[in-house]
Amino acid sequence: MRIKEHPIIDYQKGKTVTFTFDGVPYEGFDDEPIAVALYANGIKTLSYSLKYHRPRGIFCCIGNCSSCLMKVNGIPNVRTCTQRIEQGMVIETQGKGVKK
Amino acid sequence: MRIDCDVLIIGGGPAGLCAARSLLGTGLNVLILERDPFLGGQLLKQTHMFFGSKEQYAGTRGFEIGQILTREVQASPNVTVMLETVASGYYPEENFILALEKEKKLYQIYFKKVIVATGASEKSLLFEGNDLPGIYGAGAVQTLMNMYGVMPGQDIIMIGSGNIGLIVSYQLLQAGVKVKAILEAAPTVGGYFVHAAKVRRMGIPIFTQTTVKRALGQNALEAVEIVNLDSKWQYVAGTERKWSCDTLCLAVGLSPMSELLWQFQCEMRYVSELGGYVAKRNAIMQTTHPDVYIAGDVSGVEEASSAMLEGTIAGFAAAKALHKMLDSVDQVIQNSQKFLDEMHRGPIGEKIRNGLAKVEVDVCL
Repeated sequence: MRIKEHPIIDYQKGKTVTFTFDGVPYEGFDDEPIAVALYANGIKTLSYSLKYHRPRGIFCCIGNCSSCLMKVNGIPNVRTCTQRIEQGMVIETQGKGVKK
Repeated sequence: MRIDCDVLIIGGGPAGLCAARSLLGTGLNVLILERDPFLGGQLLKQTHMFFGSKEQYAGTRGFEIGQILTREVQASPNVTVMLETVASGYYPEENFILALEKEKKLYQIYFKKVIVATGASEKSLLFEGNDLPGIYGAGAVQTLMNMYGVMPGQDIIMIGSGNIGLIVSYQLLQAGVKVKAILEAAPTVGGYFVHAAKVRRMGIPIFTQTTVKRALGQNALEAVEIVNLDSKWQYVAGTERKWSCDTLCLAVGLSPMSELLWQFQCEMRYVSELGGYVAKRNAIMQTTHPDVYIAGDVSGVEEASSAMLEGTIAGFAAAKALHKMLDSVDQVIQNSQKFLDEMHRGPIGEKIRNGLAKVEVDVCL
């Protein structure tokens, strides 16, 4: 969900772009990171842990912690909290369907 | 590709920008590496007005300070900025920093002096279920709402009543998010009284000697089990209760990102008061490696105001070492040192003073 009004900040948004997440189309702004665009669309789970298959979301959101790694345009382990979203990007949950 | 510079600044946050500003007009060739696509670092998510004196931008909001510093530095002909560029490692044999730009281009960066201003990373807290989506560091919550205008949640519990926990709670209210409570493991509130008073006036309860024991939820956070702590920081049996929430915000401190300083083989010391491993340094922010200076959270976790002063000192010190000094350089350094000392005065600065006493060395290298 996006914040509509803020008493101090005047949010400057970039161009609207369309991308897919696990095959479903969504919209975001081209000056925001992938994980942020997903979050604005209500998507919190970005990957599943390797060993116990536990859901993982963002944690630090500034590129330190590796909790947000996803598959982007077929490339795994992309740090989605800092990588900007682009028109037509194909985003996939990482580790989905992997059995313990 | 090879790049040569006089002063390399790693990190374009408050410390790195102030270091660069100290070097304006020196004629030295300055290069800033910043991993984000913009300068300003964590200043850009601070909506509150800063304290201190005019020199420290008192009364100006954090993100505006970031914009002011960015403009000043970008307008300077002797400073080059490389954005989306990570300083990946230091190679001692050839004495260069390997930098990766936009995950594609590699650079060998040669320098005479380097100012490491890499900042800090957020700590987590040990409890069952602490990896569930919905549990975030306070900085992540600030990034979502203050930089990108995205609601971090609907119903939030904050862990930690230090200044970050208090300020972020207030910022959440500004963004229209409900903060259910602030939990503090210690017997007293950690942050400044003015911040605590503000959130209490806004109706957020602060529970001391209380912490989170378990996070509950299937695919994302749905509730937390909280528990009281006794004077020995142990769970008080029978005080567990379940509170629903969709977001748990952890404001439990930061630790310096000192990886590069280890690579430079600076003498390091673990100082809990400063957040973790920090390099020993003298009063002009020079480490035990004579070409390496530090500034900001990497030199000990404090706040943006002290990061700016440390950056200013490190920048002037590097200029002096390269014999590109203003006549008044010692005076300017002493002024910033005086402001830093003032910040560390009194009971609030006691923890930082104790921490600094363990890493400050008198020797001027």
